[in-house]
Order: sequence, then structure tokens, then C-alpha cells
Amino acid sequence: MTTMVKLRNVGKSFTLHVQGSVNIPVFENLDLEVAAGECVALLGPSGAGKSSLMRMIYANYTCPAGEILVRHGDNWVDMAAGDAHLILDVRRQTLGYVSQFLRVIPRVSTLNVVMEPLLTTGVSEADANVQAQAILQRLNIPRRLWSLSPMTFSGGEQQRVNLARGFVQQRPIMLLDEPTASLDPENRRVVLDLINEARANGAAIIGIFHDADARRQLSSREFDTTQFTQVAA
Amino acid sequence: MRRDEPILRVQDVAHFYGHIRGCEGVSFELYGGEVIGIVGESGSGKSTLLSLLSARLAPSSGQVHFRNRLDDEIDIHAISEPERRLLMRTDWAFVHQNPRDGLRMGVSAGANVGERLMAIGHRHYGNIRNQATDWLSKVEVDTGRIDDLPSTFSGGMQQRLQIARNLVTQPRLAFMDEPTGGLDVSVQARLLDLLRSLVSTLGLSAVIVTHDLAVARLLAHRLIVMKDGRVVESGLTDQVLDDPQHPYSQLLVSSILRT
Repeated sequence: MTTMVKLRNVGKSFTLHVQGSVNIPVFENLDLEVAAGECVALLGPSGAGKSSLMRMIYANYTCPAGEILVRHGDNWVDMAAGDAHLILDVRRQTLGYVSQFLRVIPRVSTLNVVMEPLLTTGVSEADANVQAQAILQRLNIPRRLWSLSPMTFSGGEQQRVNLARGFVQQRPIMLLDEPTASLDPENRRVVLDLINEARANGAAIIGIFHDADARRQLSSREFDTTQFTQVAA
Repeated sequence: MRRDEPILRVQDVAHFYGHIRGCEGVSFELYGGEVIGIVGESGSGKSTLLSLLSARLAPSSGQVHFRNRLDDEIDIHAISEPERRLLMRTDWAFVHQNPRDGLRMGVSAGANVGERLMAIGHRHYGNIRNQATDWLSKVEVDTGRIDDLPSTFSGGMQQRLQIARNLVTQPRLAFMDEPTGGLDVSVQARLLDLLRSLVSTLGLSAVIVTHDLAVARLLAHRLIVMKDGRVVESGLTDQVLDDPQHPYSQLLVSSILRT
């Protein structure tokens, strides 16, 4: 299968200037390749850098060492190189990230929150509306809530709105941070189906799944980040 | 709507007030449909930079190029004063921190919005009034107040009126100096939503000076962090806020109060 993501010699540490310039090493010399149709589950205890790695691929965190190459159309884009304009385009078209928390402008309706990623890629208002309604329905967000801001929703509902926004658009690479946490069994099932469908459609998926059963059902491969843990100097 | 060429190209601009550095060594490119936020403490050079970018202040060195509707790149500091005025009436909007600087206090709210349309050639009175009414409701100013003078409005209402006046002509680039500073949080949210939709659907670009990092996160795609007139860090908004590198950016981010 086509390789979609290539990490080479990736290293990361945090320097906390405000707290006496403490240096916190995370990992070094990390290599990872993910192909279309694969679902790679990141493993490791809390603090091993699973979320950091995922955020680095999304360029939410800087990558001080190595390369993070993402196949964007016919080109490879190095997310570590920091070309903001290009990275924004990769995020719009190619690379989706469903974080654990929903961050939205207050007072914007749920329907509009879910439509937004489509509108920014040039989908018409009418088409975006239809697609957003379909995914909200599938994730069992009651229609009476669609005109309300998700900020007032329960944790599980917010997470489903977040997932709806992530999956309303078919993107070739998806990063999923605990997509089934805080979901009831029925909605968990829906989310597992969504992820498997995306994979069957050729998406390359990298995820953190503490839910061991979900991990078994979804992942084609596990990747232990602790093997690259940097030893504190 | 989104183009391959930047709409604004800023090359190594600096401005000195005598010996005092206003700002120095600033370069960036802004594309259609993109919002860049400039953050930093008072006196860091944010407003000086905004004035340089919008041709309100001549740079001591460096250049600012703007790509106009005809797709020509123009040096905004080299063009004639009438050309600059035309730009300010058509392609640009400037929202001042103090609404009194951006409004005409002696004419009605409706006229404040309508005269921007008339300045670019609109003549049909009914249409102008309808658009003015439409924009007043977009920024949540009671349309029953359309014939009142802005001086009878509260500060927050004046700010919303100023924003309506600026955006009614569908500018392509908006400069905003603390646009949501004096607003109630609910109105602030409404304006953020409005700006966001203009950006994503009409491809509006904006340069926004703010010291509210929450506003910056929700509105800006990219951030420039300034200190003592220089850029100490720049990059994707979420990257600068979630993984700041420079000691000053870290201090700024770690000082936010969370609710």
C-alpha cells in the first residue's frame, strides 16, 4: 500500500523557560511509517509521549529534530519544517485530528461547527449542510440540539460533535486521540464503525486507544513509543 | 477565493520614533482567507506594526506589498495619496481600538454605514439603507437605532457600529486593533463568529492586534509574538500557544487565567 506518513529520526524535548529552564526529554531517533489503509495504535504509559507525537504530526507541537513527512496530494510535506501556509492547507485537505476536547467559538451552532471544515475546502453551503446533518444523525446527536452551541453539551455529546467534525469530511490521514473515551456502548459502536469505514476507504489512521477492546478491533499494528524514550541527560 | 500568491507581503519593516524602536525586522506573508494575530504586551510595537502595514505610518526601512483586485502587487508606501485613499475605501478596512477614531460622530448610525457604500459608488438610497439595516443586525445593534447619532450609543455599541461600517463594503483585507476589547463577552462571541464566517466564506484576510490570547486562538490561523519592537516567535496559532518556544511566549501563555 501507499505510504502516507513517514517519520524519520524524530526527537522531542520540552524546555520550560518559566520554570528554571528545566529540560524534559520525550523521545529521540523515532522512525515510523504508516500506509494507506493501516491503523496504527500508539502504545506506552502516560507521559511516554503518545499525545506529543500525534500533536507533532499535526504540527500542533514543534518538531526540533528529524522529519515528519505527510503525503499531501502528489507531494510530500515536512510538517516539521514549519511553513504555516502549507501546513494549514495540509490540515484542510489531507490531515484530520480529533482531539479529546472540543474548542469552538461560543454561540456558534453545532450544525455550523460541523459544517465548517467542509466550507473551508470550498464545499457549497447546501452540500455541507446535508453532510453535516447526516454525520450528526449517525452519531446520535438529537436534532433539537443542532441549533445550539455544543459548549453547553455533556462531555459525551461534545466528544461526538468533535468526532462529527473530524469525520464529516473524508481525509486521507486521520489522527485520533482517545476517540471512544466517555462514550456509551451504542455510540462507541458507531465510532468504531466510522473508523473502520475510513480505514476501508484507504485512510491511514494513527490513534491512541486506551480502550483495549477498541484497540483490538481497530488497529492493524501497534507502535510502542517507549522504545524511543530519551534518557534524561 | 484562496490564491497561490500572498495578498500582503511584508519585508523587513522597521519604524523608529527618533532613537526609540517602534518595531524592527518584521517580515511575513499573508494569504487570502487567512487571519494573522499580533500579540504582545503594551508597548511591544503591535500598533506601530499595524500602522505600517496599513500605510498610516511610513516605515524607516522595509517594504509592504499588497495584491489588489486586478492582481497587481503594489508597494503601499510608494503609491500616491489618492491611490492610498482609494485602497482604504475599497479593498481595506481598519477597525480602531477606540470606535470614536473610526466613526463619524456627527452623523447617524445608518449614515456611518451607508456613506462607505456611497463612497464606492452606490447610489440607490433604498438599497443603501437596507444594507445598513442588515449590517446593524449582523453586529447586533438594534435596527430601531439606525437614525440615532453614535454619540448616544454605549462604547460596545459604537465598536459594533464601527465594525459594520468597515465590513459593509466587503473589503479583502481588514486591519483590526483590539477589535473586541471593550465588548461584552456575548457580543464578542457573535463578532468572532461573524469574522470567522467572512474569512471562511468570502476569503477575507485580516491582521488583528490583540492581547486576548483566547480571541487569537479562535480567530487567527497564525500568530506573531512581539516584545520590545521585535518578533520573538511566529507560527501556527495553536503551535505558538500549545508549544511556545521563546521564554517570553511561554510566560505569556502560562499567565493566562483559565475559566
